[in-house]
Amino acid sequence: MSKPEITLIDYGVGNLLSVQRGLEHCGAEVVLTSDPEVVIAASRVVLPGVGAFANAMQALEERNLVPAIRELAKRGTPLLGICLGMQLLLDESEEFGLTSGLGLIPGRVVPIPTTTVAGDAQKIPHIGWNGLVPAEGRTDWRESVLTDNAPGEATYFVHSFMSVPADPAHRIADCFYGGYRVAAVIAKDQITACQFHPEKSGEVGLKILRRFVDA
Amino acid sequence: MRNVRLIARLDIKGPNLIKGIHLEGLRVIGSPAEHALRYYEQGIDELVYMDCVASLYGRNHLGDIVRAAAENIFVPMTVGGGIRSVDDATQILRAGADKVAVNTAAVANPKLITDIARRFGSQCMVLSIEAKQVGAGRWEVYTDNGRERTGLDVIDWVKQGVSMGAGEILLTSVDREGTRKGFDIDLIHAASAEVSVPIIASGGMGSPEDMVSVVRDGGADAVAMADILHYKRAGVGDIRAHASAAGLGVRAYEQA
Repeated sequence: MSKPEITLIDYGVGNLLSVQRGLEHCGAEVVLTSDPEVVIAASRVVLPGVGAFANAMQALEERNLVPAIRELAKRGTPLLGICLGMQLLLDESEEFGLTSGLGLIPGRVVPIPTTTVAGDAQKIPHIGWNGLVPAEGRTDWRESVLTDNAPGEATYFVHSFMSVPADPAHRIADCFYGGYRVAAVIAKDQITACQFHPEKSGEVGLKILRRFVDA
Repeated sequence: MRNVRLIARLDIKGPNLIKGIHLEGLRVIGSPAEHALRYYEQGIDELVYMDCVASLYGRNHLGDIVRAAAENIFVPMTVGGGIRSVDDATQILRAGADKVAVNTAAVANPKLITDIARRFGSQCMVLSIEAKQVGAGRWEVYTDNGRERTGLDVIDWVKQGVSMGAGEILLTSVDREGTRKGFDIDLIHAASAEVSVPIIASGGMGSPEDMVSVVRDGGADAVAMADILHYKRAGVGDIRAHASAAGLGVRAYEQA
C-alpha cells in the first residue's frame, strides 16, 4: 500500500520542516508546494503558518493561493490549519488593523486579553503547554481530529491572537488561558484547525497528525 | 494557572554533550542524542542546545546534532551558539530548530534581534543573556560563555532586547551556573518584573525545590536544567511531580 499523500502549502513564511517531519513520522508522503494547481488537485492539505496575519495573507495572494484554498473547501478536500494557518481560515483579523482572511470558517481573530479574568496582568504571547478541554456545550470530541486524545492532554501553544468562531458549533476544543476559554481546535465540514503545534506536542500531537493522515 | 515549562539545556562542544561550572571547565557528559531522547521520553517540555565554543571560533557545529534530533523528538528545540546573521539562523532552522538563541552577536549588533524577529517572528527569537552580579541588584552582561564583559546592564539589555523583537529571554546566571546552589532569584525577578515576554531561568538548579523557588519568588516562566538531569540526580518526571505537589502548574504528562 502506498503512503497517504499530504500536501503541505509552502508560501514562504516560517519554518515548515517541523510540520513536514511530524507528518512523515505519522506515515505520510509529504508534497511541499506553492503551486495553486497542485493544491487544488491535492487529496489532503495542511496549511501551516507562523508570524503576522497580514504578511501571511499577502504571501498567499502573491502566489495566487487564496482561490486555490477556497476551492478546496468547495470540493470538500480535508484541510488542516495549524497555528496562524488556523487563524487565516476565519473572516478577518484585528492584528495590526483589520485584515481579511480566507473566510472559510465564520469568525474573527482577536488579541488574547492582556489581563486575566481576575484582573491581573497576563503574559503575551501565550507560550507553553496547555491542556485541551471540550468546547462549551460539548461533552466529547468524537469524530474530530481529537478522537484518539483524552481531555486534559496538553499541547504546545505559541500565539498572541486567538480565533473566535461566530458559530459555537464550530468549536471542538478549548484551552484556558488567564481564565478565558481560547479556541484550540475548530472545525467545519472537512476543515479542521489547531491553534497549537501538533508537530511540537510530543506523542499527544502526533496522535492528532496521525488521525489526519489516516482518516 | 500558566504552566511552567521544564527545559533541558544541552551544552555542546564538538560532537559531545558537556557541562561546566560558571560556563567553564567543561567536562564531557556523553552523547547529546542519547540524552535528548531520554529527556523527551521522560516528558521534557523543550530542549535548548548551546554550542559552547561556537563564538570563539565563529561557527556552529550543531547542525548535524539538531538534524538527527528532529527525526525523533517532537517538542520545541531552541538552538544557540555562534549565530551571527539571519543566514545562520536560517541554516539552523532548516536543520530542525524551532527557535534560535542569540547572545554575542546581538550585543555586537542589536539590530540582528529585529532582523531575525521580522523574518521568522518574535516567537523564534530568543535573546540569551549571560549575567554576572556586579553589585546589589546590579548585573552585567557577559558574552562568549562568561568570558567577555560588555559594560551593559542586564536589566537595560533585557528591556532593549524585548523592544527590538526578542520573544523570550534565556537568562543565565554565570555566578550560579554549574554550582547546584540554586537560581539567582533576584536576577530573574528583576528581569521578569520589567518585561512581559517569558523569562527562562538558567544556571544553578541543584534540586527540584530550586525550580519551585525561582518560579514562585522570581517569576520565572520556564526553567532550564542541565546538571541535575545529566548526572541523573533527578528525572524529568520527579521534577514535574515535585513542582506539581508544590502547587505549580505543569504540563499533564504520562510517561509511556
